Amino acid sequence: MQQLRGRRFSVTDLAIWGIGALIATAAIVGTIATLREGLYSPSDWVSFFIFGLAQGAVYALIALGYTLVYGILFMINFAHGEIFMSGAYIGYFVARAFDRSGFLDNHPIPALAIIFLVAMSVSVSLAVALERIAYRPLRRAPRLVPLITAIGASLFLQYSFRGLFGTSIKVYPDVRILKGSWKLGGITVLRIHVIVFVCAVLMMAGLYWLVQRTKMGKAMRAVAEDRDAAALMGIDVDRVIVNTFIVGGALAGAGGVLFALYNKQVIHTMGFIPGIKAFTAAVLGGIGNIPGAMFGGLFLGIFESIGPPLFFTGLGIPSPNQLKDVIAFSMLVLVLIFRPTGLFGEVLTEKKA
Amino acid sequence: MRSRQILVSVLVLLTLVVSACAGAQAPAAPAAGEKAAPAAEKATPTAEKFTYEDEWGVVVVPKGDPIRLGFVAGLSGAGIDVLGIDEQRGAELAVKDKPEVLGFPVELQVEDAQCSAEGGQTVANKLVADPQIVAVVGHMCSSSCTPASDIYNQNHYTMVSPSCTAPSLTAPETHKPIFFRTAWNDKIQGPAAAKFAYEKLGVRKVATIHDGSPYAEQLGQEFAKAFEKLGGKIVAREAVNVGDTDMRPVLTRIKAANPDMIYWSGFVAEGAYIAVQRADVDMQNVIMMGADGIRAKAFIEAAGDAAEGVYASAASPASAGPGMEAFLKAYKETYGEEPTAPFHAHAYDATMMILNAIEKVGKVDPDGNLHIGRKALRDAIANTKDFQGLTGTISCDANGDCGVGAVAISKVENGKWVVVSE
Repeated sequence: MQQLRGRRFSVTDLAIWGIGALIATAAIVGTIATLREGLYSPSDWVSFFIFGLAQGAVYALIALGYTLVYGILFMINFAHGEIFMSGAYIGYFVARAFDRSGFLDNHPIPALAIIFLVAMSVSVSLAVALERIAYRPLRRAPRLVPLITAIGASLFLQYSFRGLFGTSIKVYPDVRILKGSWKLGGITVLRIHVIVFVCAVLMMAGLYWLVQRTKMGKAMRAVAEDRDAAALMGIDVDRVIVNTFIVGGALAGAGGVLFALYNKQVIHTMGFIPGIKAFTAAVLGGIGNIPGAMFGGLFLGIFESIGPPLFFTGLGIPSPNQLKDVIAFSMLVLVLIFRPTGLFGEVLTEKKA
Repeated sequence: MRSRQILVSVLVLLTLVVSACAGAQAPAAPAAGEKAAPAAEKATPTAEKFTYEDEWGVVVVPKGDPIRLGFVAGLSGAGIDVLGIDEQRGAELAVKDKPEVLGFPVELQVEDAQCSAEGGQTVANKLVADPQIVAVVGHMCSSSCTPASDIYNQNHYTMVSPSCTAPSLTAPETHKPIFFRTAWNDKIQGPAAAKFAYEKLGVRKVATIHDGSPYAEQLGQEFAKAFEKLGGKIVAREAVNVGDTDMRPVLTRIKAANPDMIYWSGFVAEGAYIAVQRADVDMQNVIMMGADGIRAKAFIEAAGDAAEGVYASAASPASAGPGMEAFLKAYKETYGEEPTAPFHAHAYDATMMILNAIEKVGKVDPDGNLHIGRKALRDAIANTKDFQGLTGTISCDANGDCGVGAVAISKVENGKWVVVSE
């Protein structure tokens, strides 16, 4: 009896559902009103969708790092946004050097490959160093301790970059082969957006293959399932954890370069907002779940781009783009109300939760 | 075990050092603030009685100590630091030109309030906790000035901002009596930009974008008001967030309204994103105009080729006072580059105004300590009239507006800001 009351008729539950329903209704009403108003042409909507895909692909790359680490260590690596930033920064220095020597213009493809490789290797080294110095000694500490350490590490990295490279904005050089656009039946698609999206999807496919098809992936899955049992089966848990950080760091580093290639500006604080958004995306998809992070990232990117004009224009709310973050986080709230484990999340067992 | 012993002894040592420092400072502390005046009297019972009273309290600078002014600007942050460092250099050069007031050296305490309300609040609280700070040159951004002016007002610290231009700061109903500025009011800048766009550029339909900060939002409104009055049309009013990087969705929205010009009233980083990403949504031929927030070298660096042809309003060099040339020369000699942003001279003037006012109201007692009344100082600054500053002839009005109102429009040509209309 008591259980029944606690489960079904609690006032807070009702209130939370009420809030959820309210947000959903506002979104639906706004959508209908906007579509009726007809301010945007269908090709505008497609453009919004494509902007969102590119942005979402970068979110997904970062979100994977959060999710991989969470899946294995059950900790939120809040310094991950700074790993992303470091990738963009290092990529900038290489790109600028190549731009000055003319290598970037004459041999763009090998130049871009080297930029990615250098940026990714620096991000990987940072991620591994972070694990070794900041997280491994705290492996057996209560869960809050590594979380706080992660925040500290994040600030440490941010201000180290500020100290080393200054606070001025750095701008990526233009890469000729990435400029321009394609016309597809009246819709202009920027080349850079397509490339960012394709690169991100390729990397995610690679990750999926790595986790599902290789021995290393198998070990990662085993450690995620049950660390102690995996250790008993002869899996080197430390090694698996380092591998996880390597993979996460590489993805974030590549994400940083992609992000900087289509947004151009690099600054030491640039990792913060994408980091938070990617974390949101990871939770949206169900933290600890790899397809969930990919999907969550894309979903969030698309909603951020389409959401403001779609939901707010019809409601007569001025300058809706300012409310982009409201949409991102309201979505998180909605998903957590109706599906607390995230879109793809499994129900957490006692042990993991 | 051994390392723990070392750790403990280091800690003990540290504690000792800290307490020693605190002890050394302690006697100086009571000399500060209101209570100091009677203390000074007691110290000189034989000499003629020295009294100096002030409704808001008196700052006593002990003999040999410097007069300390707070200097606050945004010295870090994307595209913010260039504006702040430029102001800092202006203030430093002012101190270099007037290193002594009434025989006391002048010292700036430099603080970074970034460009945010939180930063402004933190720094203001820090400065009012120090009773030896006589007045404040700053802050830089209206978002930071707004909460800070409240805190300074409660504690009777006078501030002279070189660059907070939001109209609300000097609007009669919201003006704090301790707030002054050497920058113009955006009630002047907005209409000047609107007039230029309407008359010289022949623009009729404009989309405005701001970044949600008080400066940008109010400037956008002032521009829109004036532009509509001239007969133009504001076809879209948009806003983004500070720190946004993807402006394409906003620009797509604006494109639907088909404007002739985009008016951006915010700062460098987001402004550069807008300038660059115009081309991504086929709006490269739409004119872009900004204000003092982007009229910096950093904008051209960040936007690259897309900066070409962008307009921005800022202080007019035509109104400049006689000292400007020498100042610019000193600037270049000291820092090795041309001024990077529009407000160096305003910071110089703000600092000079405060120092001149201290000179007027400060009194040295027989012991050689300097007394400065806070209310007297504020009134002296408020009464500034026909002061020959670098930015022109400065006179303060009843609401704290001291700025010289001349606005010039510049345009990026071949990677440089060139003045096109004064």
